[in-house]
Amino acid sequence: MTRDAKAALQAGAAHPLTSVETIVEGLGKVGYIASRRIATALFMAAHLEKPVLVEGVAGVGKTELALSAAAMLGLPLIRLQCYEGLDESKALYEWKYGKQLLYTQILKDHMGAQLTGAPDMATAMERLQETGDLFFSEPFLEPRPLLKALREEGGAVLLIDEIDKSDEAFEAFLLEMLSAFQVSIPEIGVIRAKTPPVVFLTSNNVRDLGDALKRRCLHLHIPLPDQKLEERIVASRVPGIEARLRSELVGFVQSLRTLDLRKLPSISETVDWARALVLLHVRALDGDLVRETLNVLLKFEQDVVAVEPRIGEFLAGAAEAAGRGAPA
Amino acid sequence: MQRTLEEFLRALRANEVAVSPAEAIDAHRAVAHVGYGDRTLLKDALCATLAKTAEEAARFDACFDTFFDRAPIAAGEDGGRAPPGATGLGPASLGDLLLSGDGTSLARALEEAAARAGAGDIWLPSQRNLLTRRVLDEMGLREMEAQINRLLASDAPGDGAAAAELARRREALFELAAQFIDRQAQLYASQTGRRLRDGLLAKQKLTAVAPEDFRAMEGLVRRMAKRLASRYARKRHRARRGKLDVRRTIRRSMGYGGVPFDVVWKTETIEKPKIAVLCDVSRSVAAAAQFLLLFLYSLNEVVERLDAYAFSDRLVCVNDLLDDEKVDDAITLILKRIGFRPTDYGRALADFCDAQRDRIDRRTTVIVLGDARSNYANPRLDLMRRIGQRARAVIWLNPEPETYWGQGDSKMDAYRRFCNLAKTCNTLRQLEAIIETVLRTYMPR
Repeated sequence: MTRDAKAALQAGAAHPLTSVETIVEGLGKVGYIASRRIATALFMAAHLEKPVLVEGVAGVGKTELALSAAAMLGLPLIRLQCYEGLDESKALYEWKYGKQLLYTQILKDHMGAQLTGAPDMATAMERLQETGDLFFSEPFLEPRPLLKALREEGGAVLLIDEIDKSDEAFEAFLLEMLSAFQVSIPEIGVIRAKTPPVVFLTSNNVRDLGDALKRRCLHLHIPLPDQKLEERIVASRVPGIEARLRSELVGFVQSLRTLDLRKLPSISETVDWARALVLLHVRALDGDLVRETLNVLLKFEQDVVAVEPRIGEFLAGAAEAAGRGAPA
Repeated sequence: MQRTLEEFLRALRANEVAVSPAEAIDAHRAVAHVGYGDRTLLKDALCATLAKTAEEAARFDACFDTFFDRAPIAAGEDGGRAPPGATGLGPASLGDLLLSGDGTSLARALEEAAARAGAGDIWLPSQRNLLTRRVLDEMGLREMEAQINRLLASDAPGDGAAAAELARRREALFELAAQFIDRQAQLYASQTGRRLRDGLLAKQKLTAVAPEDFRAMEGLVRRMAKRLASRYARKRHRARRGKLDVRRTIRRSMGYGGVPFDVVWKTETIEKPKIAVLCDVSRSVAAAAQFLLLFLYSLNEVVERLDAYAFSDRLVCVNDLLDDEKVDDAITLILKRIGFRPTDYGRALADFCDAQRDRIDRRTTVIVLGDARSNYANPRLDLMRRIGQRARAVIWLNPEPETYWGQGDSKMDAYRRFCNLAKTCNTLRQLEAIIETVLRTYMPR
């Protein structure tokens, strides 16, 4: 929990992290419609000071959750995109070599002045020791995302995106950071977070994550939403859309998800499609229109071929359901 | 309440949700934050702390609902108000308790009796009846039956009716106890049977698996293939310690005026291995063929560059089927296309060489699944030799035991000379062990 949050809790003010309800509300205000399970995970993360591992198929709103949480809490979002070959010099810190070089130059001149007049070698060495070693010190440290997140005074939201794409070595390296919110830099020592950041890790399950990492995290699986929730999401993301069209298109996408497709359309596809339909000034779905815009929803040729013959049937179902839900 | 949570964690472990001690501590901390008041909140909070995959979350939900199902019973009709003198249930006999109609005390007596009878230690569903009986005995059923008998025997007016009433309530109690034990069985014992069966199946001969076990086997094979794939897809680059990459070090040090600050070490790129699998689906291995194909299918899902072939008298590439069809359909289609005919290994090898020859190189591992029974046709050992020379490794997995090799029309003795590894592979466990050796030893690094 951030220090501000703690203060707010003590003051009794309605900080977003006070309860699960306030989190749902707070996320709703920044445009993220959260289920109770999502909100509970965030609540537990803040109160137990543990990272959240968010899993789910692509486009279901994993990254968006971190962005929205940062917006809700008013904290800076620090993002680390993982990929194969990511190492600590890119994730944690790097030395500012250029400045270090300059420093050695200055040091040389300076030491020359200092050391002249030393009667013997021993005195010279003594004086050298006294000057102090600044070569590896914090001013020369170039912070990368992880270190930045630890150094944020007021706390931060740290998003470690697609952790499953990184190597196992990097995953192991993250363990210290995730359990104690500290990192060891060999030349300097341990740097500990003053205010532990709220950490989100996302994974698409490209590979199985290690048990050690999972154990340190709270786990949140975001499933594909049901009709009602998805309609609310579309309503929040695409404000200009008519209610009737909204429930029709969501119904259509929902029926697509019952098929055995290579890549099921997820929330981001639904939202994209809704935006496209609004741009095209569509008032109601019809077969040709769906056929023309199907590539927004389906990303594989086989899927398009499999869906095309059944468009009419799905549309009828969706229209009927929409008609029942809200008689126009 | 701490004991309740511990019990719940035990139920979770029985349902294959791995809960480590550290996670148990987290669970306690979580409960300290959310309390037991709000059931949904408690469920979501515990789920986030304890279930670490989507499957575990599903199992968690089911387990939570079953476990805390007793809450309404415990609360009773009078809203959970503890009746006066309920702390010491000893003096009140079971008969009085039943007649009083006090649901709360009854439920509590039931749970206490169950704890004494060790109902939570149930590990096989077949123990249910025994345990139900034990719980009832612990509750004092014998005394109550004696009471009924006494009432029946006496001539006092009203005793007959009282006995009938007691007997009626006793039936209800049986029902209640049976329900309770069922729930315990579901919590603690529902997975035991499956675990036992999986263990047996992994050891069973592939040729002797009953058709109804095919589904379970499929799950096992799939898990195995995934485990192997995640292990072997681990590394693509490996630093060769101590070898300086001079060219790149000089290039990088340009920025620092030629001072080699940023030292680059040589790394090795690990080539992505290529696997070509030839799977025999002829009559002689018909029983094992399904599993070999099943394995092939799972492997194809997890290994990126796999060339899969099936053969009996001719050899066909089945990559398209494995990619496009569902597992059952793929296996049926392959068997329909090429299966159950007499084998001709020489012919199949010739076909393989035609299709693959230029693509077999030092990165390719060739795996043959088959019994090497060639119906006395020319085994084309020359082709086998050539494949052996070109490929990184040739591995032959034979469902027959080694003593049969070379007997009758088996050419295994001849073929094995060109193989880096030839092994009997007759059970899933053997298959897994061998494939693991293969991936560790023969894959390019």
